Amino acid sequence: MSEAPRSEYRGQIHQQQKDLMLRWYERLEESARTGNPPSVELMISGNSIELLEGFGAVPLYPEVNALQLAIRHLSLDPILAAEELGYAADNCAYVKADIGALIRGITPAGTPLPKPALVLCNFVGCNTYVKWFEHAAEFQGVPLAMLDVPFLRTPEPRAEDVDYVVRQLHEIVCQLEQITGRRFDMDRFREAVRCSARVEEAWSRIKHLARRTPSPFDAYFDAITLMGPLYVYRGSPEGVAFFELALKEMEEKAARGEGIYDQEKFRVVLEGPPPYPFFRSFRDMFASWKATAVASTYSTVGGLWEFGFRHDPSRPFESVALHMLAHNVTNRNYLQRYEQIRRYVEEWDADGIVIHFVKSCRLFSAGQGDMRDYFTRQLGVPTLYIESDLEDPRYFSEAQIKNRMDAFFEALEHSRSTGTLRRGAAALRQPAAGAGSAPGAGERLNILP
Amino acid sequence: MPAATENLIERCREIVEDLQMGEVRRWKEQNPGAAAIGYFPVYAPMELIHASGFLPVGLNGAGDRLDLQYADARFGSFICSIVKTTLEMGLTGYLDPLDGLLFSGICDSARNLAFVFQRNFPQKYVDFLHLPQNPSSSASAGFLKAEYLRLAAQLEKLGGRKLADDALRASIAAYNENRALLGDLYALRASNPHQVRTSDLYLLQRAGNFLPVETHNEWLSRALADIADRQAKPRDSVRIVIEGSFCEQPPLDLIRLVEDAGCYVLDDDFLLGRRWFTEDVPAGDDPLGALAESYLDRSVYSSVRHDFRHRRHKLLVEKARRLGADAVLFLIAKFCEPAYFDYVLFKRELEAAQIPHLLLEFEEKAFTFDRLRIEVETFVESLLFD
Ligand code: SF4
Ligand code: SF4
Repeated sequence: MSEAPRSEYRGQIHQQQKDLMLRWYERLEESARTGNPPSVELMISGNSIELLEGFGAVPLYPEVNALQLAIRHLSLDPILAAEELGYAADNCAYVKADIGALIRGITPAGTPLPKPALVLCNFVGCNTYVKWFEHAAEFQGVPLAMLDVPFLRTPEPRAEDVDYVVRQLHEIVCQLEQITGRRFDMDRFREAVRCSARVEEAWSRIKHLARRTPSPFDAYFDAITLMGPLYVYRGSPEGVAFFELALKEMEEKAARGEGIYDQEKFRVVLEGPPPYPFFRSFRDMFASWKATAVASTYSTVGGLWEFGFRHDPSRPFESVALHMLAHNVTNRNYLQRYEQIRRYVEEWDADGIVIHFVKSCRLFSAGQGDMRDYFTRQLGVPTLYIESDLEDPRYFSEAQIKNRMDAFFEALEHSRSTGTLRRGAAALRQPAAGAGSAPGAGERLNILP
Repeated sequence: MPAATENLIERCREIVEDLQMGEVRRWKEQNPGAAAIGYFPVYAPMELIHASGFLPVGLNGAGDRLDLQYADARFGSFICSIVKTTLEMGLTGYLDPLDGLLFSGICDSARNLAFVFQRNFPQKYVDFLHLPQNPSSSASAGFLKAEYLRLAAQLEKLGGRKLADDALRASIAAYNENRALLGDLYALRASNPHQVRTSDLYLLQRAGNFLPVETHNEWLSRALADIADRQAKPRDSVRIVIEGSFCEQPPLDLIRLVEDAGCYVLDDDFLLGRRWFTEDVPAGDDPLGALAESYLDRSVYSSVRHDFRHRRHKLLVEKARRLGADAVLFLIAKFCEPAYFDYVLFKRELEAAQIPHLLLEFEEKAFTFDRLRIEVETFVESLLFD
């Protein structure tokens, strides 16, 4: 293939995003120097940033730090340092990079990071989070609190689930009051929830713009750029201003009929996190085929809003609980993820699915072969399966991935030339009798009785 | 050891190695209409399944007795064996005697497995329990009780008895007895390790996966009486505690190898799900509540249960000291992420306490143990002669 065309979107928001993230690191540095604002370590998945706003606390997201290290090609050293401590080759490399960086005193921006007032383990789906935060608290010598969020094992969260999370949120508020010596500001909390709802509305509308052909942005690579502000600023007026501007720019782009290439050739759904150490080359592989990700599961780790959920200022605690329980990809069960992807193919008009198996992350990857079986054998959707890692540069074989990617898009191109490539709803076939062993082939998955 | 016990252990070995689950099939013939419910490790409320009139069946993978034809493609690289062999058993019909399968959130692989089962076996009842990981919250016990009630309602739909306090109290008593008997065997081994072979204890215990608890209790009582009377000579051995095998099980040959290489096993975490309470569950006025509280306050630590009030790495060191162990042997399943994460803090704590340790990795399917044997022997020698 020829040189990959430049594909990322650059508008005003590109610079604003950089400024916002830089300001976040400045606040963290300030917290490191003076203890003010206090910082709280938190996980991205279904994060409860709104609660922190109620204390004027700044979030410390170790995942963001880990991915920044990887993008800047700084992750291998800390990973090796962690392995010296006894971490296994196969443990999640996000954790290894974070703990290794902690021990070596490496930070992504070079500026100091604070010792958090509290390591708040919001256990939203990923079991590795619990280990990670236990270790983070241990190695930093700071208090650790658990916020246990029941996994979504029924189609909707149960009243008991919501109650359990709400009561823990109340307990954490008390704990944070004691630790920080600050009173929880209920008005500010409610205001944060209101801001979140507005950000979520704008973000969701941006995502729905990708249903158009051509899509004005890439819902995997460009979405990742927007995800930083989504997690750090969601509950604040800065976040609202940023996302409303982003929506405006994207709407204008869509109105002009601009895609991310001169001509959009393929539309895919992406499943799995990106290979951050090779972010650029990975993106270029899609660009060289003029393939746009019109939807992605990774961009719903922190929250799944495109299907309608919004925080609700009239029930702030409950809506924070609901967000953690049911409206992010990590706490939804595996079949609900199949269903999410199926809807993307159908409603976002995709030609196929790219499953990126990530060695580090069993939450995403354990069972992706079965997922592939569901989509290819049962629904007849073209699916590409590739393997690497999100943090560890030792697990990326550029040539191999490129070969597979080329073969996949060549096959799609061939089907298109013979008129057999179907898109969106038409891509989901009603399977032949006997195909697949699953319930009601071709139909929606019946998640639980 | 009297021949009767030798025979009993031999019988246990047959049961454990019978992939067809003959014992379960037999039980179902004798109890028409009653269901057998398989449970994945570690913390399954067997009492509840039993109280509904069903047979709880412990799943521990297929060992080296099954080739993977399908499950590898479904689960791919970097996933432990038990996840794959359990799925393979399902896809090749070995789980047919089971009407339902119960999982809980011990790790991300096992959790996704539950839902892969749900898709591939729509005719079976497949459920997933969320066991609370925040025992410090005032809401945890109530939550877990509600979760157990949800399970009870599902079992009732499957034709089980409606959950009644009396039945649950009886089941709790039966399992308390089961754990007490196993506890006695474990205590006997800790005080007289030359009298109780770990591989025998292991088989006696694991056969319980497929037997009604009442039968298992009988067998254990018999074995306990015999083994207590057994005469055997102590030998020069290193006294160890085994950690890390709470879910996927090491091959029996590996357990034997560790003993033969000169280790006395004072405690282990094999088949942890058979003895996951540290004390009896009190079966008072509110047996279901007691069951829930017991998970929070009386359950044994492992790498897949989190209770930040009592840190696991401290508990391991305490245990090793209490039993007078010379060393800790980590037997960790390949790709078992929770065990490997915990190893980091365990290691740090053991080093601080100056307790030596050895880490060995295993897979269900291992044909040669030469390398492992050399490692254990070298370790034993270094401890005996240093
Ligand atoms: S296992 Fe996956 S979701 Fe969990 S911390 Fe690692 S990368 Fe994140
Ligand atoms: S052996 Fe470890 S990784 Fe495998 S299912 Fe059990 S707990 Fe999970």
